Amino acid sequence: MSPSAIRHNDRVERDDLFSLYRQMLLIRRFEEKSAEMYALAKIAGFLHLYIGEEAVAVGAIAAIRPDDYVISAYRDHGHCLAKGSDSGKVMAELFGKVGGLCKGKGGSMHLVDAKRRFMGGYAIVGGHLPLATGLAFAAQYEKRDHVVLCFFGEGAVPSGQAHEAFNLAALWKLPVIFICENNRYGMGTPVERAVALYSNLTDKARSHGIDATQMDGMDVLAVREVMRKVVDVVRQGQGPHFIEAVTYRFMGHSMADPAHGHYRSKKEVEQERKRDPLVVLKQRMLDQQMAGEDDFKRVERSVSEEVATAVKFADESPFPPPEELYIDVCL
Amino acid sequence: MLTSYRDALNQAMREEMRRDEKVFLIGEEVGYYQGAFKVSKGFVEEFGPKRVLDTPITEAGFTGLAIGAAMAGLHPIVELMTFNFGILAMDQIVNNAAKIRYMSGGQLSVPIVIRGPGSAAHQLGAQHSQSLEAWFAHVPGLIVMAPATPHDAKGLLKSAIRNPNPVIFIEAQLLYGTKGEVSDADYTIPIGRAEVKREGRHVTVVAYSKMLLLALEAAEDLAGQGIDVEVIDPRTLKPLDVGTLVRSVKKTGRVIVVEEGWRFAGMGAQIAESIYSAAFDYLDAPIVRVTGEDVPIPYTRPLEDLAIPDRRRIVDAVKKLLSDT
Repeated sequence: MSPSAIRHNDRVERDDLFSLYRQMLLIRRFEEKSAEMYALAKIAGFLHLYIGEEAVAVGAIAAIRPDDYVISAYRDHGHCLAKGSDSGKVMAELFGKVGGLCKGKGGSMHLVDAKRRFMGGYAIVGGHLPLATGLAFAAQYEKRDHVVLCFFGEGAVPSGQAHEAFNLAALWKLPVIFICENNRYGMGTPVERAVALYSNLTDKARSHGIDATQMDGMDVLAVREVMRKVVDVVRQGQGPHFIEAVTYRFMGHSMADPAHGHYRSKKEVEQERKRDPLVVLKQRMLDQQMAGEDDFKRVERSVSEEVATAVKFADESPFPPPEELYIDVCL
Repeated sequence: MLTSYRDALNQAMREEMRRDEKVFLIGEEVGYYQGAFKVSKGFVEEFGPKRVLDTPITEAGFTGLAIGAAMAGLHPIVELMTFNFGILAMDQIVNNAAKIRYMSGGQLSVPIVIRGPGSAAHQLGAQHSQSLEAWFAHVPGLIVMAPATPHDAKGLLKSAIRNPNPVIFIEAQLLYGTKGEVSDADYTIPIGRAEVKREGRHVTVVAYSKMLLLALEAAEDLAGQGIDVEVIDPRTLKPLDVGTLVRSVKKTGRVIVVEEGWRFAGMGAQIAESIYSAAFDYLDAPIVRVTGEDVPIPYTRPLEDLAIPDRRRIVDAVKKLLSDT
């Protein structure tokens, strides 16, 4: 290999890692800004932040094609942004503005970007897992080779609808990948008080005959590597897969809940923050001398400009007109 | 051709599945068993098990799967063995099917038909005898139909399958064997249009699903006594064809609404309210409701008969309304 080829490969890898880093940083800064906007009452209702869990969405979605489907629960900003949705339209949706993805009628928990096959955020725990099997069924029925990524928290794992979905997916070998983001708390209840067999949630899927993998959800490269292999197998029609991504939510369950609260200690949160996916990736790139502090500052500037532009767009977009109330109930 | 309600449904689905590859049938026992009530007789043989899917007994799971498939562009027909079991799928129907278009600001559609029998048959007990149409009609985003005749069943089911919205299509076990004229032709009946099933001058009786048959029998009895009853079948409960009801009220000035379901917050309460709002000045008397009793449906025959409206109660209600006013 010639020296210039090596340099070229290094550059490709470096750009690739910066792209993952930038996506994670965008989610982080976007959500920090949305928390600020919540405090200013520009955003209302429920706002569930994904901060700390960014590597799961970014790593997993980096392993699929743009025409593959993604569906999520109510903590959905990260998945939507990672699928490529315009950050201004997402912010405008949080603001309830007509320029939002759903014209302001969905809100934080119900983002949808159908063009990008982001099929929505759903706010009844466990209720969207059957929908994910249906998206996968449609692909199989029409002999398309799309896969479905279905994200949910560990709180959904013991629900009846989840198990009905696991059973049908396994029975009919549907091309769906169930990605359980185990952040250890369903609201304030720790997984060990909610799920029998809590130490390895993959056993739940295996009991349905679904192949399952537990992975570190704080390392975006590890996530992408696992997901690439899994996506390949599932795309070939060998049936569903279940992923347990071991992760942690740095913020409260929602804006109504302080970062730690009564159900977990400040010390625990501080300890987990050391596994911050942004820090993990940045440290690796610095250690491998792929990039210097200046490079990260450039990314930081570009993300902060994008978030500022998103807020400006959301601010300037009008609220939907009254007649919008009755539109889209039925066609 | 004289055709049963069951065969009319079979024809409707068969024609639509032949017309459009995106249409498929999913539910418990719809395939090799030929349907719990034999509505899908011959389907798995003609269309194969990829389009006629037997499911496990998990209503939330397979209804949700069908809703997801509809979001991705297919046109599922979900057969619920009975609407009593649909209660297990209420989260999917109410929180997903009915709202996905609205929540997505019109980006996604759920073109799905959820069909099966509602109401009581004979002595099936409290958990298998319920009339739940009011639950569904209450939810914005759902279309609700409850046709009574084989002709209407075929035409409305075809419209439902071609409609881009979620449609709740309520049949009745006691209707499956009833017969009527059904055309072999490819016809549809518009959604949201009532039909005057019998013209009359003295009183309007509004009834749907199997209550329509009782209302027509009652009207026949009353005709022998010189009372001229107009019978209207809304056919679609939501959207309700208030215009046709109002035209009748302007003629008769008196209305009786019949339903098998429970009285309190029942479908008939809404039908009455819709008439009051649109035609109060044309009414010569308060609207009378003939309904099921507010009790779980008992198993034993004498009590079951008391819990559900019959022909005699409709006849008595008409006579009382006319004698009181």
